[in-house]
Amino acid sequence: MLTNYIKIAWKVLLRHPFYTFITLFGISLTLTVLMVLTSFIDHIIGSHYPETNRDRSLYIEKMALRDSSRTSQNTGPMSFKFLTQYAKSLKTPEKVTITSFFRTSNAYAGSQKIKLNTKYTDAAFWEVMNFTFLEGKPYNDQNIRNGELVAVITDDFRRQYFSDLSEPVVGKDIEVESVHYKVIGVVKGSPPTRFFSYADIYFPYTVPKSNYEQDDIMGGYVAVILAKKASDRKAIQDEFQDKIRRIPLPGNRNGFKYAMLEVGCAPYLESVLSIFMEGGPQVKVIFYSVIAFLMLMLMGLPAINLVNVNVSRIMERSSEIGIRKAFGAPIRTLLMQFIVENIFITFIGGSIALLLTLITIYFINNSGWIAYADLTINLNVFLVSIGVCLIFGLLSGVAPALRMSKLSIVEALKS
Amino acid sequence: MITLTNIEKVYRTSTIETLALNNINLHIGQGEFASIMGPSGCGKSTLLNIIGLLDAPSKGGISVGGQPVTSYSDQELARLRNQRLGFIFQSFHLINDLSVLDNVEIPLLYRKQISGTQRRQMAQEALERVGLSNRVKHFPKQLSGGQKQRVAIARAIVGRPEIILADEPTGNLDSVMGNEILSILQGLNTDGATIVMVTHDEAMAKKTHRLIRLFDGTMVGDTTLTLC
Ligand SMILES: Nc1ncnc2c1ncn2[C@@H]1O[C@H](COP(=O)(O)OP(=O)(O)OP(=O)(O)O)[C@@H](O)[C@H]1O
Ligand SMILES: [Mg+2]
Repeated sequence: MLTNYIKIAWKVLLRHPFYTFITLFGISLTLTVLMVLTSFIDHIIGSHYPETNRDRSLYIEKMALRDSSRTSQNTGPMSFKFLTQYAKSLKTPEKVTITSFFRTSNAYAGSQKIKLNTKYTDAAFWEVMNFTFLEGKPYNDQNIRNGELVAVITDDFRRQYFSDLSEPVVGKDIEVESVHYKVIGVVKGSPPTRFFSYADIYFPYTVPKSNYEQDDIMGGYVAVILAKKASDRKAIQDEFQDKIRRIPLPGNRNGFKYAMLEVGCAPYLESVLSIFMEGGPQVKVIFYSVIAFLMLMLMGLPAINLVNVNVSRIMERSSEIGIRKAFGAPIRTLLMQFIVENIFITFIGGSIALLLTLITIYFINNSGWIAYADLTINLNVFLVSIGVCLIFGLLSGVAPALRMSKLSIVEALKS
Repeated sequence: MITLTNIEKVYRTSTIETLALNNINLHIGQGEFASIMGPSGCGKSTLLNIIGLLDAPSKGGISVGGQPVTSYSDQELARLRNQRLGFIFQSFHLINDLSVLDNVEIPLLYRKQISGTQRRQMAQEALERVGLSNRVKHFPKQLSGGQKQRVAIARAIVGRPEIILADEPTGNLDSVMGNEILSILQGLNTDGATIVMVTHDEAMAKKTHRLIRLFDGTMVGDTTLTLC
């Protein structure tokens, strides 16, 4: 029976190429946009290389100092010293790394100028982040204590800087801003959208110009805390805030008298959003609301279109319904037929969308638009989008079909 | 076979009430070939639709094979139509999206035990019976009126129903085509089918066994015809 319904559905679709096209176009375009968008969001906020531990990490990336009247404030990253004292000393986490945000710099391969980003990190950085080493190894605490001029570089930088790629580059020399470093390791690079891990060259924090000894509470460093398990994060946040509360207030930073000192220690999304927006954990709610609204709009317009097309498609077939009923089709069977038709077309649309999404993602990943882009299709998102489309398809198909099937046979045959 | 008792059909619109059928008592026996005649608007189609369980009367009872069906559900009525009745309409009512073969298969789709191969074979046989076995892949739009009506007859007989109901089956056809359709119906009747046909054509009615005359919703005549 089901194959019969599908056969009829297939024939109906083929006999109405225009409606079929409009419907399929609506469904597949909607689903494609939805899936590409979500895979993009997932690329930005999900746990991906090398930040695969995001779901059990906390980020300390911003400090805000305010005066008592709240009229002026200083906000920004913190000093190495501050983070060593308040973050590195935490007892609950498995690991804490202190790293600078990336800084732009230049290097020269022959006369060719290479624009690059550098980062100063501690040794724990290589344990909190999950980099793949293509050559060599990371620097360790010993290298750092000795103030060795070593560097970990990315494969991209290796290709740009070294002309001869036939032999390993570990042990070779690179020159950045007139300082010579020895390459100690080569990693597969991280996309620039993951700014806690992204850079072209990583230096131990004890190399020149890192400013790690700066005697200030603010500076150019952030910390990433790796909890033993995701559920430990609450306890870590409490332990951290407890330490922060003990900092004597008011304080004085280079003449700026502050009465309040706030440091966030939050999961990834919250933490990143707070860079752009003020307002604690609620920003996450706002973010998700905006996304949900966008998706609803994206789904809504084609859904209305789908309903319209379905209604006129079914109304046009009232005589067919009359005929089928006259020859013994029960209402239930006719409803099933329309439902199957809708499900069928939704699945065709879904398959087209899946294909289009794969193609789009392939092009994004290979266009170099985002270096090291690794967008993937999120299966959950795919299933949910198919589900939503199905619900719209059903609603838009069942309502007019129910109306039609209730129409008396004689009436249906007259039209 | 089919018995109508005290049938009344009233159409109500916001402005007027039409008494389309008034106190109709009628028994159609097995193997009969009956025709219904009367002026336009006298209730012929209404009567045929009620006999065929396509429409419900406002009052009165119907029984099929001695079984009253007045209280039947949609599903039970559908099954009855599917297994025991076949319809032929003046304007053919073929589904334009479907091929000739698929159109003829329709009644069989709603029978459970029939496989696809069986269905195709039965449809093919029915089309042979009406002389259209070479048109199975055509679509209704590619056929003449007479061919369409023959497809419609094939669809009506494909499930081998006991009763065939035809509402002016030749009304849209010329006399040659009309006679051809009539002779197909006569052949079916000879093979045992009960047929009730609405017609405007006195000559055609004369070729059936029984002539029922309607006027303004009332039965005004019921003659058994002896064939000459
Ligand atoms: N759905 C309806 N609503 C209101 N009145 C109707 C409806 N269907 C039929 N009628 C009325 O019932 C009466 C009988 O109609 P019916 O179609 O049975 O006539 P008929 O004898 O078949 O006519 P014709 O020879 O033109 O086909 C007519 O007066 C018609 O106007
Ligand atoms: Mg009529």
